[in-house]
Amino acid sequence: MKRKAVALYSGGLDSTLAIKLIQNQGIDVLAVHFYTGFCITETKRRRGEKKEDGSHYMNPALKYAAKYGFPLEIVDISDGYMDVILNPKYGYGANINPCIDCRIYMFKKAREIMEEIGADFVISGEVLGQRPKSQKSIPLKIIERDSGLEGLILRPLSAKRLPPTVPEIKGWVDREKLEGIVGRSRKRQLQLAKELGIDEFESPAGGCCYLTDENYAYKYKETLQVEGKITQEDLTLFTVGRHFRLDSGTKVIVSRNEGENNFLYGFAKRYHFFEPLGKGPVAIAKPLHSDYLDEDEKQIIANIIARYSKTVDGKIDVKYNNEEIITGIPFDDETLNQWRISLWKSNQT
Amino acid sequence: MEIKPDIVHDATGTYCPIPITELAKVMKKAEKGQIVELLADDEGALQDVPAWCQTTGNEYLGYKEEDGVYHFYVRKV
Repeated sequence: MKRKAVALYSGGLDSTLAIKLIQNQGIDVLAVHFYTGFCITETKRRRGEKKEDGSHYMNPALKYAAKYGFPLEIVDISDGYMDVILNPKYGYGANINPCIDCRIYMFKKAREIMEEIGADFVISGEVLGQRPKSQKSIPLKIIERDSGLEGLILRPLSAKRLPPTVPEIKGWVDREKLEGIVGRSRKRQLQLAKELGIDEFESPAGGCCYLTDENYAYKYKETLQVEGKITQEDLTLFTVGRHFRLDSGTKVIVSRNEGENNFLYGFAKRYHFFEPLGKGPVAIAKPLHSDYLDEDEKQIIANIIARYSKTVDGKIDVKYNNEEIITGIPFDDETLNQWRISLWKSNQT
Repeated sequence: MEIKPDIVHDATGTYCPIPITELAKVMKKAEKGQIVELLADDEGALQDVPAWCQTTGNEYLGYKEEDGVYHFYVRKV
């Protein structure tokens, strides 16, 4: 009987190698890629950013599944993922990536797919000791237990250094043909890539997830500290624009390009909205303690917009909430930086 | 190209990978042989939809562009 496995697939080298190793043992593998709502490719597309060669940034899972011929499902798990981010049972990683909880959530979803399609086990490209938070040996056990997949998660790249799993014990998979990689060195993976004909892959760092991005994490922590809570909308807005915090606590987000302008238009009715009458960025503002902006704040926001706009005679008119026109006069960068929410600034002080 | 779709799904205003996850949901409900028309304005979908068809084995029939919106046609296999 031909056995089937579900693979957690990021599109990165490790998960690509894991799939190849298992496919080579005659197992049918369905790669699944989970969309969590924190996808960097999505933001780049929204902004209209392209690669140097003019092609679009592409979801790495889709790109490499197509290139290497894996069946792939991309599954939207963003609905329940919010709760994972806001209430991680096992805490946060280096930035705000709730690594352990995130893995548990993904493995649970993989288990559902496994049961749905009648697969026998789940594989992942995790490597023992490769990452500081989620992938040491004890969390791996917690991840298995909490996802309801005890003995059923096979990690082909580190298998020889881990207790045998059900697929190995039952002989569906030959343990001897799996790897025993431990640690952060990529040497064996690169050698294996050559052996398995994987000639193109993403750089190992980064990936497609905002939660491991330190600038994103900085905005998240700042908002949590000042506002005491994070909303789903905040999580989206952290990916967009330049962020400022005025003295009263009002948050201001100023777009960086036309794509972001279009995106922020979508928030025009629910936020205080500023739009220059000429070439320049739009901005949204959210007061902290009331529903209103005072006159000083409106002027500051108009001046921030002016800093990034094409001014005439050193000024530009800015329309506020379709109600009034405020003339913005560009701030210098030093003035502007006092309100800027940025990791760079926090590193300077 | 004149293709008559059985199901039309509008994913305009969304960006990668949402048009693809939407397409996948619609295709799951479709019956074998049916043609799904997906509307998207994420230009990158021009790369994504054929790649998705390649990874799922569904038949990519092509696309047309009307006023900045791409109409993709996929037959469920």
